[in-house]
Amino acid sequence: MECIFITQKQFQKLCKRMVNKVTALSVKNLSSAYQKKVVLDSLTFSIEEGTLTGVVGPNGAGKSTMIKAILGLQPRMTGSIEFFNGKEKKLTNRLGYVPQRGAVDWDFPTNVLDVVTMGLYGQIGWFHYPGKKHRKLAIEALEKVNMAEYANRQISQLSGGQQQRVFLARALVQDADLYFMDEPFAGVDAKTEKTIISVLKELKSKGKTVLVVHHDLQTVPAYFDHVLLLNKQLIAYGPTEETFTKTSLKKTYGGEIHWMGSDQIAESL
Amino acid sequence: MSYTAWILLTGSLVGISCGLVGVLLILRKMAMMADAISHTVLLGIVSAYLISSSLDGGSMLIGAMLAGLLTAWLVQWFESTGIHSDAAIGVVFTTLFAIGVILISTSVGNVHLDVNHALMGEISFIPWNTVHLPVIGQIPQATLLLMIITIIVIAVIALFYKEWKVTTFDPALAASLGIPVLLMHYVFMTLVSVTTVAAFDAVGAIMVVAMLITPAAAANLWTDKLLTMLIISAVIGAASSCAGYGIAIWLNTSISGSMAFATGILFVFSYLFSPRHGQLAKWFHKPGEI
Repeated sequence: MECIFITQKQFQKLCKRMVNKVTALSVKNLSSAYQKKVVLDSLTFSIEEGTLTGVVGPNGAGKSTMIKAILGLQPRMTGSIEFFNGKEKKLTNRLGYVPQRGAVDWDFPTNVLDVVTMGLYGQIGWFHYPGKKHRKLAIEALEKVNMAEYANRQISQLSGGQQQRVFLARALVQDADLYFMDEPFAGVDAKTEKTIISVLKELKSKGKTVLVVHHDLQTVPAYFDHVLLLNKQLIAYGPTEETFTKTSLKKTYGGEIHWMGSDQIAESL
Repeated sequence: MSYTAWILLTGSLVGISCGLVGVLLILRKMAMMADAISHTVLLGIVSAYLISSSLDGGSMLIGAMLAGLLTAWLVQWFESTGIHSDAAIGVVFTTLFAIGVILISTSVGNVHLDVNHALMGEISFIPWNTVHLPVIGQIPQATLLLMIITIIVIAVIALFYKEWKVTTFDPALAASLGIPVLLMHYVFMTLVSVTTVAAFDAVGAIMVVAMLITPAAAANLWTDKLLTMLIISAVIGAASSCAGYGIAIWLNTSISGSMAFATGILFVFSYLFSPRHGQLAKWFHKPGEI
């Protein structure tokens, strides 16, 4: 029989890990500004590993800015960010980012397979070129989003939904542990919406942590187990059934919210 | 090698190096930056001359690199304080260029460096200013410099090919993958600066912009693959240089002007006849059927 010896300290650590879930992302006192206009005002929250969080708030609430500030793509004035309890030194392969579709130039001379392979560039490393193995991984990711037949298609010839699925495949191929998605559902067709949902479910079942900026309030309870309400300040964060209430939504959107459909959606939760 | 052969080789090297750098320039939507750097490089060259009091390739390159980086950094800095990028570029490069012009006419005096030469270049003088190399023998100084720069450009693009691709297409993804986007930006600006200064003697500050932008813009019409675009752009650049020299001899006119004119002709040809993005192709295909 094989034996593994561990020290008491290691044993305690192991137990602690099994009892307390790992915090995937911990944000402390995060503020950010464009010129002198404050767009994020001292946000503090921490997100547990394996959760699916919808980031919800009105236009200009700083949802995209928050993601960019967390990833270091946007300068932050104050605050500290800790990933996976700060135990990870090299994070690049653990973070996945799906930007807004409009953030890139779709006339760029490249094809679908190439864009998906870009998700692997961090793992391939300097002075190496993508090979057969990487292309295979990219094709597999494309299959998951029903885009494999488009692998050699020029990216300028894709519909909005197809573009979004390519981005999703690129995130999947990264095989990260913590994903940030900026409005993946914006302006996509029904087929793409279904694909995104199944991908989100798959990621969650694998224990990945996902933050999704989301606009459609109706679908929040169905898609996400946690919700983060944001309007420059953090309004509320927690499990959807406790947090996604009419009161907190009113607080998030001010007086602007018009509740379409039945009043019960939020209250029945 | 004959006089004409040296000129054709020099022109082709300008076409290749500028054509390659130009592809990344237009894909990064930084065509204006090329215009800026091609002018501020003058300040770098003049300052290098004033400090080292020689016009050799090395000090000119260093001066140009520093001027190019200064331009890129100043533009970036103005942008970060809220000035629009096109205005920032316009302000920075005209000011730095003006300082260069003032320095030439007040401090440099009567050397080979003059404003006209800087703007228009003089490729026909190049074969006369030679250096001796061990194996190769006599080689024009400007041609040697261009050879070195062309090799550097090809090496830097090839070695960091995937990094250039991802930082150009999706800088945010690149940053999240741990690729130093800002550093790559400054490396690229350095590449633009050294390419510009190497091509400077041959075609001058104004024409070098044509060599940087037009072949790349034409290549973009022929292909949807980055690698193919780089190759086509280099070929168009080299071909325009040679064709331009032919036109200049035929019409007995400015060589650098003819070269830039040739890039324009090749662009118009591409614009009309390229199979997918050309205007004629668009005419014959109804919208929707690509």
